[in-house]
Order: sequence, then C-alpha cells, then structure tokens
Amino acid sequence: MMTDFVEAGQADGTLQVVMLGIGTETFALDAGMVREIIDPIPTTRVAGARPHLAHIVNVRGNVVPLADIRTRFGMPVTAATPDTRFVVIELDLDGDATLVALVADRVFEVTAIAMENRQPVPVIGTAWRPEYINSIVKYRDDFVIIPDMLQILN
Amino acid sequence: MTTLDPREVFLAEANELLDRLETTLLDLGDRPDDTTLIDTAFRALHTIKGSGAMFGFDRVAAFTHDFETAFDLVRRGAIAPSVELVNVALSAKDYIRTLIEDPDPDTAVIGDAILAELDRLVGGGPAQAAAPAAAPTSEAAPAGWQIGIRFDPGILHNGTNPLALLDELRELGACTVVPRLADLPGLEDLDPESLHIGWDVTLVGPVDRAAIEDVFLFVQDAMDLTLAPLTPGLPVAVPGPVPPVEGPVVPAAEARVVAVPVAPVAERDAPARSPSERRPGPPRAASTMRVEAERLDELMDRVGELVIAQARLSQLAGLHADAGIKTIAEEIERLSARLRDTTMGIRMVPIGTLFSRFRRLVHDLSRDLGKPVTFVTEGEETELDKTVIERLADPLVHLIRNAIDHGVEAPERRAASGKSATGRIALTAEHAGAQVLVTVRDDGAGLDVARIRAKAEERGLVQPGTPLTDQQVYQFLFAPGFSTAQAISALSGRGVGMDVVKKTIEALRGSIDITAEPGAGTAMVLRLPLTLAIIEGLLIRVGDARYVLPLAAVEECIELPPDRGQGCGRDFLDIRGDLVPFLRLRDLFDAAGEPDPHQKVIIVAVGEARIGLVADQILGNHQTVIKSLSKLQADAATFSGATILGDGTAALIIDPAQIAAGGHAAGQPDGPREYREVA
Repeated sequence: MMTDFVEAGQADGTLQVVMLGIGTETFALDAGMVREIIDPIPTTRVAGARPHLAHIVNVRGNVVPLADIRTRFGMPVTAATPDTRFVVIELDLDGDATLVALVADRVFEVTAIAMENRQPVPVIGTAWRPEYINSIVKYRDDFVIIPDMLQILN
Repeated sequence: MTTLDPREVFLAEANELLDRLETTLLDLGDRPDDTTLIDTAFRALHTIKGSGAMFGFDRVAAFTHDFETAFDLVRRGAIAPSVELVNVALSAKDYIRTLIEDPDPDTAVIGDAILAELDRLVGGGPAQAAAPAAAPTSEAAPAGWQIGIRFDPGILHNGTNPLALLDELRELGACTVVPRLADLPGLEDLDPESLHIGWDVTLVGPVDRAAIEDVFLFVQDAMDLTLAPLTPGLPVAVPGPVPPVEGPVVPAAEARVVAVPVAPVAERDAPARSPSERRPGPPRAASTMRVEAERLDELMDRVGELVIAQARLSQLAGLHADAGIKTIAEEIERLSARLRDTTMGIRMVPIGTLFSRFRRLVHDLSRDLGKPVTFVTEGEETELDKTVIERLADPLVHLIRNAIDHGVEAPERRAASGKSATGRIALTAEHAGAQVLVTVRDDGAGLDVARIRAKAEERGLVQPGTPLTDQQVYQFLFAPGFSTAQAISALSGRGVGMDVVKKTIEALRGSIDITAEPGAGTAMVLRLPLTLAIIEGLLIRVGDARYVLPLAAVEECIELPPDRGQGCGRDFLDIRGDLVPFLRLRDLFDAAGEPDPHQKVIIVAVGEARIGLVADQILGNHQTVIKSLSKLQADAATFSGATILGDGTAALIIDPAQIAAGGHAAGQPDGPREYREVA
C-alpha cells in the first residue's frame, strides 16, 4: 500500500525515489512503484471520466488510464514540451495491481532520500488538500512532496 | 515446472465425481430401474472413498464408506431405489462435499443423521434387512465361478495392470487361470502396447458375485466380464491342487498360439471390429487434459496481443508497395484469425455442465414448495465462453427459483385453471447469430402487469397514469428491492436478486428480455455474447476520435436526413414506419471541430428497442480485442471497455445499452451532462 512504503524504506533509513517535476512542484515517487518512463504517446479522451483521468493510452498492449494530477493540485494544464514524460506506475487498487500512466513535465533523477528529514504536511501554508500528500521531505535545498497516489487518483 | 498439490488434484477430481454422483442420483430418481445408474453412482462413491483416504481426507473416506455400504444393498438389488432414498443420498452427497471443503468435526451430527436415515430406508426394518442379506448369499452359494475376462485392447494405455487384477481374484479363492490367445496377432502385426490376451478363470470357493465384480469395478466399461456359477458337480474335480489342472491346459494354450497364424485374416478382423461392438454403454470420453483456467486466460491475452500486432502490420503493409510484405501480412492475418478461433474454441464449454446443476435445485425446490415440477433442458451442447458460463450460474439460480416460486402456481390452482397439476420449467440454450439465447420458461400464470405497475407507482418509480408498454412495466422487476410477492418465502420475494441478475448479465455484455402471457407462463430470455475476449466491432469516427460499436448490436447504417440536422428539435427517424429516436454522439462525447456535412446514423438494437447513434464517419469492421477500463474510470459508464487500433492508439468501445439508458435523461435541458450523472 501506498502509505506503507515510506515506513518500509531501506534499512539505512533512505528511500529510492524518482524525482519528477509536475507543474511548479517537485514530487518524489517511490521508485518501487515505477514500472517505466516513456516518451509521450497518442492519448484517447474518455468522455465522462473525471478531469484528472480523462484519457487512456496504450502502454505495451495494455489500455492504461493517463493521470494528469496537475488539476488535483490546482496547477494549470500546459501543453506537452520536449521534456514531458509519461511515468507508468503500478498501484494496488483494492487488491488489483493497476497500471496508471502519470504525466510529468520533467523527470529529474532517481535518488535516495533520507527519511529522517520527513515532515508532516503543514496545516497552513499550502493550497493542497492534505490527504493528497503523504509527507514532505527536505532534499538538498528544497522541499519535495511525497504524494499519496491512491488518494490523488481516487 | 509447476508442482501440483496432490490435495488440489483430489479436490478437482472429487468435485467432478460429486457432480457425476448428483446427476446419476437425479437420473435414478427418474428411472429407478436403471441398474447402470446404480453402478455408476457406486463407482463414484468408491473412487471418492479411495482417493479420499489416499490424500488424508479420513473423515470423507469414513463417511463415504458407510454411505457406500448402505448403497451396496441397493446395488445388489435388495432395495429398490425410492424417491426418499434418492433424497437422502443427495443430502449425503452434499455432506461429502461439505466434509471435503471444510473438514470441521462439528458437523459430524449431520453425517450421523444422514446415515441413520439412510439405514432406516435401506434397512427398512429387521425383516427386510435380513432378507436382502440372505438373497445375495444364496445367490453366491455356488462352490465357485467360471469367469471369462476379455479387456479392450487399449486398456494398458491408462495404466491398468490386468495381472494385478488376476492377483486380486486369487485373493478371493483358489484360481485356475487360462489365457485366451485366440486374438493374438502374428508377430509382425503385434502391437506390444495393446492387450490381445483374455483369460478364463476358474475360481473355487463360496465367493459373492459382487466381490468378483468389485475387482473389475474400475475397468468394467472397457472389458467383457462373464460370470457363470460352477455347477455343483464340477467343482469337486477342480479343488485339487493347482498343478494337475494346469497340466492339461498348457498344451491347449500352445495349440492356440500355433493356430493363430493359420487363419490370420479372420483373426485380425475380429479385434478390429469388436471394440465398438463390445461397448454398448456410453462412448469413451475423448482424451482430455486438465489445464488451469488461468493459463487459458493468459493464452487468450497473448492471442489478443497478436491480433492487435497483426492489425498494425496489416495497416503498415497496406502503405507499402512491396508485394512480398503484403503477402506475409495477409498470411499472418489468416494465421492469427485461425489461432484466435482455435483459442476461443478451447475456452468454449458446453452449457450442459451448468444445466445439470439446476436439476438438483428444481428437485429440491419442487419438494420444499410442494409444487410438482418437471424440468426440461434443451440445447445442452450449446457452447459458451467458460467465463460466461461461470458467471451465469447465479443469475440462472435466481431465475429458476423465481419461476418455481412465483411462476408455477400451486397444484390446486393449476387444476382449477385446467392445467396439469405438474408444472413445467424449461431451460434452453440456442445460438442466434453472434449471441446465445438462454431461456428460462415456466408454464405458470404469467406476469401480473397491473400488480407490477401498482407496486411501481407505490414505490414512486413511475407517475400514475404514465402510458407504458408491457415491456416497460416488466423492466420494473429489475429495480433494486422490487418485489410483488405478498408473502416473503424462504426462497424469494425479498426483492433481492433481479437487479443483481440484470447487472451480472449486463456485465457479461448481455441483456434480458421478458415475455409473458397471462395464464400461459413467463419466459426470461438472456442474450449473451459468445465470448468476452474478442468481438467483431464497427469502427466509427466522432470528431477526431474513433470508437468501436459491437457489431452484434448494429442493425443498419443510414445517412442522416438533412432535415434532421442540429437544432431541428426532432431527434427521431422514420425507419420503415417505426419511430426510432437518435442521439448525437458528438454532443454526448463533447467532440471538437466541425461536424462532417454528411452525418451517419447507426441503428443499434438494445433489447427490444432500437436507437440511432449519429457519427461523423463509418470506418468499417474491426476485430476488437476487449480491454477493460480501469476502475479509476468506472464513471465513464458509456463505455464497456477499450481496444487497441491498428495504429497503436486506444479506442473506446461504446455500450449501446448504457447509451439507451442515459438517453432518457438526455431529453431534459443540459442533456449530455445530465446523462453523464445518470450513467
């Protein structure tokens, strides 16, 4: 489960993460859930689906929902740039392993972050819904968000 | 390699045997005189006992043993199988299943009660019990038996060891075994894996006929066994020590060996012809192999991927001028289509496996409700995808229950209306194009339209006075919690079920139609797709997006008349005199761009109704490999899934039933949005 992974980090108290730039923020995604990172591919709009899951894509023969979490964080949806990537992640949805492709404006690096730097979500000072965020971690000189993908997508 | 859990193997085998036992017992209820049924039941019990003990299901083995002991009296003809006996035997069978699934000692009381009941019926009182016991003994009184044994030539292939069987015979008493070598072919024709030898055995001793038959219990379908009691005079000569008897026999056998090549033609003809003649019973089952269902699913997935890849290849080859590539693409297209058909064929299961389960249900219900009912099935050989069959079981249970509980009237009422007191439930399956129709039909009172309507008005499902067709009224039966039953019985009337039935059938991309005739009965018709994995689709374009419509639902395509353009306010067409409403998919899907000047209408059938769907362009047929949509997008109910097109992009599969359901709301202001919330 998404909430467990942070506790289950490496024995040395670090967590392997993929650093993503989405909108104006930097997100740290548990590397364990990332299946692959691909260049943008043609998408198909699903009429009637919620705005953050309004498309599907074909990832190696699987029809996978494309999640654009910018709308969930109140960020403007901008057109794809040469840096845009689709990050395919696997989520446990009520016991079913489900693939979801996530739109990232930029993929920075895979790195280890020290979990002791983890901080709870401040009650004030952010415009985001606290349940979307697992925690905030200080990385180098910046704060990065460890998102709770299940909450965000549901 | 996969390691098989022996317990799993036992469970699978036991399930099959229990199913067979149930069918046999039910048949026995109908035809109590058929001794082959008794034998089949006995054999199933015997096997369950044996393998149960082997795999450590001791309680199963112990109970089955007691059951078998009681049933043995029936087999020997001491007791005639009565309806009561069949009922007890059925509950015993259920108990065995319980024991296998949940070996919880708490239920021992039930087992004891069943056995006591069985004893009561089989024993029938001390006098009767003594008589049957005496009968077989007196029959078995002869001092010995002359046993003729002749096996199917292929018997060795399934691992039967005839010598071991002969050894078993020897354990019963002193035996003189003489081989029959007449069928032995010449050396050049000899197949070392076939058995050409028969045996004549003289068994000396007061042995029960049944004991001898038991030795051959598992091979009796593949052999001829003749049993003749030795005449009292003869055995006196035989009991002597074995060697002197064997002495004279051996030369005879040798003589026969020599005799074979003399008349090879006649001898060779005989065994070739005999197997078919010798098998009066059911034909031996075709050689089969158990495969895990998951592997079949996986195979289907792979084939689906292949079909998609092939579509891409064909599209690319179409753009090339190279004739060689085109030829290969066509070849691959042909091969993958055949592979697809073969794979789908593997997953097809005759629906009869499902039907036989309901005989028990009908039997029990008819007893519990005091309504005599005959149960007729038809079209058992109709094949459906195994997943469809599995998911069909529960809905059919509901429908059959309803048919008996609500459909068929009580015997007195039937008699009063001039019908025979015994009701009739028919379960039929038949092919209709790319669909299979499964019908549950009763000959009861039919549906009371007025009462259903009153109930629907009472529950606020419809405004009083709204004009509704009978079909529309029947649809209320599928509303959650809807029930017109005055009294709630243990079986039905709680209004749980029909909505679930409908949901399940729709999840299988099927539909339910109801027809009813007052006084003559009700029929529930389930329309089901042949398979869930791949369908023929019609590819259409709406705006810049492409969609697939299930071809099975499409009736015809026409051009939208110019006077029915946007904003004319008359969104319906005159199709050969029928009024057919239509929906603009562009509006429904918020399509971008300008509509094509010549809009097309695809007329689709949804149950009894027809609706038109307006698209920009019809692109053609498409082999559609169905991929389900993620639960995250479950709110897009207009679509039953997605597929992958030749160029690799995903396309959505439109669910006409959902569109039709949403269409009611679309008449209101802000149609499309309203529709979406309803759906």
